[in-house]
Amino acid sequence: MTKHPVNLKVNGDEHDLLIEPRKTLLAVLRDTIGLTGTKEGCSTGDCGACTVIVDGKAVTSCMVLGVTVSGKEITTIEGLASDGELHPIQQAFIDTGGYQCGFCTPGFIMASKVLVDENPNRTEEEFRHALGGNICRCTGYTKILEAVIQAAEEIRTAS
Amino acid sequence: MKNFEYFEPNTLAEASRLFAEEHAQLLAGGTDLIIGMKAYTETPQSVISLQNIPGLTGITKDSDESITIGAMTKVREVELSEDILKHHTALAEGASEIGSIQIRNLATIGGNIAHASPAADTVAGLLAADAQVHISGADGERTVPINELFTGPGQTVLTPGEIITQFRLPSPASGSHYIKHKIREVMDLAFIGVASAVNVDNGTITDARIGLAAVAPTPIRAIAAEELLKGNEPTDELLTQAGEAAAAASSPISDLRCSAEHRKEMVNVLTRRTLQYALERARN
Repeated sequence: MTKHPVNLKVNGDEHDLLIEPRKTLLAVLRDTIGLTGTKEGCSTGDCGACTVIVDGKAVTSCMVLGVTVSGKEITTIEGLASDGELHPIQQAFIDTGGYQCGFCTPGFIMASKVLVDENPNRTEEEFRHALGGNICRCTGYTKILEAVIQAAEEIRTAS
Repeated sequence: MKNFEYFEPNTLAEASRLFAEEHAQLLAGGTDLIIGMKAYTETPQSVISLQNIPGLTGITKDSDESITIGAMTKVREVELSEDILKHHTALAEGASEIGSIQIRNLATIGGNIAHASPAADTVAGLLAADAQVHISGADGERTVPINELFTGPGQTVLTPGEIITQFRLPSPASGSHYIKHKIREVMDLAFIGVASAVNVDNGTITDARIGLAAVAPTPIRAIAAEELLKGNEPTDELLTQAGEAAAAASSPISDLRCSAEHRKEMVNVLTRRTLQYALERARN
């Protein structure tokens, strides 16, 4: 089967790769580029652990073929901090203890990042609903919601 | 998943030609196809992405009040579109019921329909909007009303190489509403999906369309129920009769999620309820 040349822009770095069409974006990020912050949970789009941001939208990277995102801007958990400073959503997860084993955390943070950036005025209920595509087996979600609300609050006051 | 040849044609004609070959599959949002390929229930030898073909995305409102939705439009965009929310609320509500935000950012309305699941969340709203499905193939273009598109679970009238290009919603409803009968708030399949759309003039229902999902081998319109409503004032008794007529039109199965009897009774209840909401929206 023919491999395809792709140009992936991940966290601002360009990667010119030759990949098999069947490789998901998740597999390319983890196995080819070596960014293992993005996790593989269910591999069927149900758990949200593999959430990354493509052209500003949160997507489950296990359901995206790497060949289809050539030229698009991809942000992973490794790309959130800038100059050693954590994004408010990352700091909020630490402050509130919004993680335990940490496996779902990158997915939760990437999904939440888009939510708080696009509309930090969402209610708790709206955040809860909007994060329905992410599953956590440890926290019971309470601390995660606290983190998202704290980050939203911080972004609201900063703007 | 098995490997395959990947194509990204720039024209519909080229996509149709490739798609007409054996063991070819179209890739729209990928949220059904990629899951199927991982499970080896889909083992295409070639996968043809539609993402580089111009003109397949976006929602436009024309001067005659009709709305056109490109088949490659993401369901998240359908869900948030002001025109759809205002004129075809049931469709926006259906779109918002699919998977999660992450999935709705990938999934397309064309894929949701072409996959032909009887339980698709956008289909009841499209039926209630009397959507016209525009199709392009080797022999040119044709238009099929959405209630004539499906022939069975996963089956449509599309012939090899034919591709859905857009949905045209001819005229706005004064009010419409969708209810998905489900267990989980998100990430669930519909036990039943019901969409009702009404046009009301001076207290009389001038037009009514009811779309039912997951209660028959294909999504269906509840035509007898619609006929009962047309030309009449919406009384409680009339809505009850319409609910019963919709239930009579359904032919659900029992499966591990619920029984046929429960589905049939709930078609009655939910049809009446969606009509009540649609009429309320028509008044406001």
